[in-house]
Amino acid sequence: MKKMKAVTFLAAGCATAMVITGCNSESSGSGDGGGDGEQKTIEFMHLWPEGSSKDHYDIVNEIIADYEEQNPDTKVELEVLSNEQYKEKLQVTSTSGELPDVGMTWPGGFLEPYVEGEMFAPLDDVLDEDGLRDSYVEGTTEAYEMDGSTYGLPLELNVAQVFYNSAIFDEYNLEEPETYEELEEIVSTLQENDVAPIALGNQDRWTGSLWYMYMADRLGEDNLLNQAINGEASFTEEPLVNAAEKTQNLASSGAFTQGFNGLSDQEAKSMFMSEQAAMYLIATWDLPNYTTDESVSQDFRDAVDYFDFPTVEGKGNQNSYVGGPGVGLFVSEESDVKEESKDFVKYFSEEWGEKSVSDAGVIPATKVNTDNVDLPDMYLEVLEDLNNADNLTLFADVQMSPDVAETHLTAIQSLFGEEITPEEFAEMHDEAIEEDE
Amino acid sequence: MQSLGASEMNKVMSNKLMITLYIFPALFLIAVLIIVPLILTGYYGLMDWNGIGSMTFIGMENYINAIQDGAFWDSAWHSLLLALFSTLSLVIYLAVSMILASKIKGADLLRKIYLIPMLLSSVAIAQLWIKVYNPANGILNTILRGIGIENPPAWLANPDVVLYAIFIPILWQYAGFYILIYYAALKNIPESLIESARIDGANPLQIAYKIKLPLIMGVVKVTVVLAIVGSLKYFDLIYVMTGGGPSGSSEVMASYMYDLAFSTNNFGYGSAIGFLLLIITLVVTVIIRKLTASKEDIQY
Repeated sequence: MKKMKAVTFLAAGCATAMVITGCNSESSGSGDGGGDGEQKTIEFMHLWPEGSSKDHYDIVNEIIADYEEQNPDTKVELEVLSNEQYKEKLQVTSTSGELPDVGMTWPGGFLEPYVEGEMFAPLDDVLDEDGLRDSYVEGTTEAYEMDGSTYGLPLELNVAQVFYNSAIFDEYNLEEPETYEELEEIVSTLQENDVAPIALGNQDRWTGSLWYMYMADRLGEDNLLNQAINGEASFTEEPLVNAAEKTQNLASSGAFTQGFNGLSDQEAKSMFMSEQAAMYLIATWDLPNYTTDESVSQDFRDAVDYFDFPTVEGKGNQNSYVGGPGVGLFVSEESDVKEESKDFVKYFSEEWGEKSVSDAGVIPATKVNTDNVDLPDMYLEVLEDLNNADNLTLFADVQMSPDVAETHLTAIQSLFGEEITPEEFAEMHDEAIEEDE
Repeated sequence: MQSLGASEMNKVMSNKLMITLYIFPALFLIAVLIIVPLILTGYYGLMDWNGIGSMTFIGMENYINAIQDGAFWDSAWHSLLLALFSTLSLVIYLAVSMILASKIKGADLLRKIYLIPMLLSSVAIAQLWIKVYNPANGILNTILRGIGIENPPAWLANPDVVLYAIFIPILWQYAGFYILIYYAALKNIPESLIESARIDGANPLQIAYKIKLPLIMGVVKVTVVLAIVGSLKYFDLIYVMTGGGPSGSSEVMASYMYDLAFSTNNFGYGSAIGFLLLIITLVVTVIIRKLTASKEDIQY
């Protein structure tokens, strides 16, 4: 009798041990448990904590629950960190070879070292499956491309638009400009009436860069700006120097809020939102402020509208946008469950689009059918614009390598502050790009 | 029951094993947290490294580039300027604490007021001064416009004034700290010395200059070193208020190092700058110690 007890005890012990080791093999994904009920675990790390981004957090959980239901053999294990901690953890785990199977990355410069270190898996096979690539807005997946392979599936997309206060515009009988020359007239009308025309916080530098990027995108037509950034053309070409000159003239004409080089974007935003400035060029991540955010006064939200950046000297196309995808999903190259992870990121990106825009107010990188969603008008307009976009010029600091971006941003601040001439501005770029190659 | 006598104490203290045992914990922590990272930083400076991938050894290239890098020397000049202003401001702090230490009414309250900036975090101070300096709505420009100055400068946007505009909150931030140190030192001077000087007919200025100052000279020397070293490695307010801008006109060595390592992913070069920062600080500290060294401390 006693012996029996010992045997059962041992058996139970073994079972427990198996369960525990089973769990271990799941999380490491090596899968030596064998049998039918073999579970795979995908470790997934994201940066939307429940506290600060509840809507995002809930959508992620919803998608994961659906996925696990459809794939009972797979379990998704979450780790959630806030932005800065996320970046740190990603860097630390990458050096120790313990990256999560699936995680989030930023495009362009952020991605570069990870791709060079062969830590992220190319996802072209995922994109080519079921025409997933075509469901993305023009230019978004390209932002995650390096040496011909795509390393991330973009989730968010932001394009810059000129937001304006229609109450102020109405007061002075102003209308949305379609040409830059009209915009200049608006600026001088507002100045005559002692209204600050445009809010700009150029201490952050990328804010001023948006103005130059749009100006160069319009004047440089046929992609001259992108070619210059890629080192295939020179920044000293006439249209690009002209763009720099026009930007500088706008700054010196007093169109921007006083002391813009010392103001942060946050301060500029608060000037626009407290109706101290009539216009504000910012990306669509600000949309909630002008539509759904209850803490902003209803009057102000009703008054805000936006227009596409105008054509300059009759050149350019208003359906070309300066913007960039935000975070995207990556799959770790070293992952033990790479196939499952790829399947998961595909499922995630397919589900994310409509859910994110209707539940969290995120503009997704995938095209959204505006008939299916119930959203404020401004959202529908933006989504419509993106479905019809002809070109997406990536934010300069996303598109350039970190070194060149730093030069660009410093040069922008100097250009706005009239410390350098447009020609010097162009030469600084050419030099930095050449040095980088 | 006998307590440990002096001779027994000496015995323990001359035991090599005991010495090692006692200093080991502190030595270990300093080594792991400070010495090893210092050496590693110097080593990373020899590498071409983006902080994530593999490193490539490139010898002294980063250090040579740094020495030829105009932006680095600009930032070093700004750091030295800050060190100069911090040291000069010590004179004011010393004067203030002399006044506080003499028995005036409300000295206690004033001492506490001076200490307030020390209790605030750097980021809070930075946010506060960003508001003060706001070109349109800031309190400073509002006052200036109120007294009839039409175009007050945009303090943080103008490359000619931004550095000095940031120095003010930095000096203000540490005022309480130095005043507290001087105050404590002055309070330690025996009342009898001052009393007898007064009887000998010394006026308050003479007492301050000939009696008090020499007596706290040791403390003054320490604060000079603290102010200079602190200035050379200064980072916080500059990073939050301007990020070194506009166009690098308020960049200091530490913020330049940070930009290189974390904004441009140039960890190798950033480490080299960091190591140079260490060397510059060390050299300056040694020079200051040499200059302020005196044969003996003055005692009366």
